[in-house]
Amino acid sequence: MNLSRFSNVFIPLLAVFLGIFVGSIVMIVSGYNPIAGYSALIYGAFGDQYYIGETIRQTTPYILAGLAVAFAFRTGLFNIGVEGQLLIGWLAAVWVGVSFELPKIIHLPLAIVVAALAGALWAFIPGLLKARFKVHEVIVTIMMNYVALHVTNAIIRSVLSDQGFKSEKVYPSASLRSDFLESLTDYSSMHYGILISLLGAIIMWFLLEKTTKGYELRAVGFNQHASQYAGMNVNRNIILSMVISGAFAGVAGAMEGLGTFENISVKGGFTGVGFDGIAVALLGGNTAIGVVLSAILFGALKVGALEMPSSAGVPTELVDIIIALIIFFVASSYLIRLILMRFKKEGE
Amino acid sequence: MDFLSVLQIIVPSAIFFAAPLIFTALGGVFSERSGIVNIGLEGLMVIGAFVGIVFNLTFAETLGDLTPWIAILVAMICGAIFSLLHAVASITLRADQVVSGVAINFLAIGLSLFLVKKIYGKGQTDQIQVGFNKIDVPVLSDIPFIGPLFFSNGYATSYIAIGLAFVVWYFIYKTPFGLRLRSVGEHPMAADTMGINVMKMRYMAVMLSGALAGVGGAVYATIISRDFSHATISGQGFMALAAMIFGKWHPLGAMGAALFFGFAQSLSIVGQTIPFLEDVPTVYLLIAPYVLTILALTGFIGRADAPKALGVPYIKGKR
Repeated sequence: MNLSRFSNVFIPLLAVFLGIFVGSIVMIVSGYNPIAGYSALIYGAFGDQYYIGETIRQTTPYILAGLAVAFAFRTGLFNIGVEGQLLIGWLAAVWVGVSFELPKIIHLPLAIVVAALAGALWAFIPGLLKARFKVHEVIVTIMMNYVALHVTNAIIRSVLSDQGFKSEKVYPSASLRSDFLESLTDYSSMHYGILISLLGAIIMWFLLEKTTKGYELRAVGFNQHASQYAGMNVNRNIILSMVISGAFAGVAGAMEGLGTFENISVKGGFTGVGFDGIAVALLGGNTAIGVVLSAILFGALKVGALEMPSSAGVPTELVDIIIALIIFFVASSYLIRLILMRFKKEGE
Repeated sequence: MDFLSVLQIIVPSAIFFAAPLIFTALGGVFSERSGIVNIGLEGLMVIGAFVGIVFNLTFAETLGDLTPWIAILVAMICGAIFSLLHAVASITLRADQVVSGVAINFLAIGLSLFLVKKIYGKGQTDQIQVGFNKIDVPVLSDIPFIGPLFFSNGYATSYIAIGLAFVVWYFIYKTPFGLRLRSVGEHPMAADTMGINVMKMRYMAVMLSGALAGVGGAVYATIISRDFSHATISGQGFMALAAMIFGKWHPLGAMGAALFFGFAQSLSIVGQTIPFLEDVPTVYLLIAPYVLTILALTGFIGRADAPKALGVPYIKGKR
């Protein structure tokens, strides 16, 4: 088997295994029973219809946030600003959702498209600054996250409510919720957004792997100078990549605004979904299928964690520790690759 | 309300909010000057705040008034140790430095809340009973006008933060250590050729940044929040990162930017009570530090150039 392809699959699996392994050591050291802890986690994620519904609901924005980060990564950009773009998309979706009532077939797609545009606009700024002024996108997107947080809070207070803390509920014609899914999953908050997320994954795969533009975007990610000499417009591709990435993030926000919460409330801090998206993309190797799989894993971890305090006494934060460790192990894969190379050489 | 009394509200509270930012931003200067991006400042501040509060709560009865000082020292050590994770991942294992920083942030908040729940059985610690006392700086506080404004009724930690900025400036620009540090961040291969141990310098720089961010977090928690919960450190580390960039990777610039950001923060809180500011929506003051940083990077307010080798792992023998 090809070594690089083998390590692309092997390293994420090993990282997850190591993360869970160190997690159990943390549990043992702090006096908890890891078997009870992980059983509670698995039960809380997949134990019955309700939990499965919740896991799918949590997976929905994770897929889109992961796609957003991964898409930018493939073009050589690090979009830490998914969190901010998500908030702006959330706000835009709810704004459309509460402002007027339309037939569902127009209203719902309109709200999602507006959210995508809003997220794209928010990501356009760092893209433009990167292309035009060579400003590093990491710093700009971090700063834009905080601007997004404060601006959305101000708009929720002054425009979407009368100095209140949350907006009205979106009209049913803009909602992703359905009685059918709720009855199927024992009244969980699962909604139709999962279909949109999976569609997003297919779009990303098609765009990157099957179109000329996608080839250009990947080429810019591999080698900017070579792409330039081959006649590609590097600056335009950088902006385009950020815009598409932001659009995915905006739709992730729409999933929260139209599905999970059906409104938007003033936030004291970030949702965390955008940052978790970084973990999802990294573990998924920045590919569409990888993102979907790792989003399911992180969704299950996050939802399952809620069961751990009551049945095993383990604080939910254990899952955050495991996620951080998985990122560390994936990021430090140099060590693992080095060991793999050794083995290969000895085998020859 | 006359102008002087307005200043007397704003200036001390600006310094008050700026102190943790100054410590952390100075830490960022060390790390980034050596060529290592440290997005993990936020997480390192979380560790500092957590250790500072837990130590204070645990030892307040035995150590008395000395408690907060020793707590800050312990937080400093823990910050340095925790930053080793970032150092090992990004220097030795050549991980993407931004990714490693993100992991530090995740791990810090996860681990500290896990431990808070383990130790106290709830998501938030109690309030600390022993904090710092406000002091008047001897002699300086007697200067008319300036004295009451800048040197009275402040916390010692604020003055230490400002003094430290000058110490760090001297360290980085006037000592052999500083020259080596900067050379490692600008052109590691040249530095290596001249016999400087690039790895060692970078490890030291990252640990210094961890130590200072730990102090920043502990100072914030001890003075401003007085307890520890998930929301204690929410963005201060990133604001310190912004201050460092806005200050153009220079210790005194970082201090100036941190003071300015502290000023913006204090305006957003006390602004409602001040006649000509009450009509300005607070959102403008809240986003000001971030917008200004973006503008500074773009070159609208003097161009800010990062150290040349920032974010690039050094691989010996590779051109």
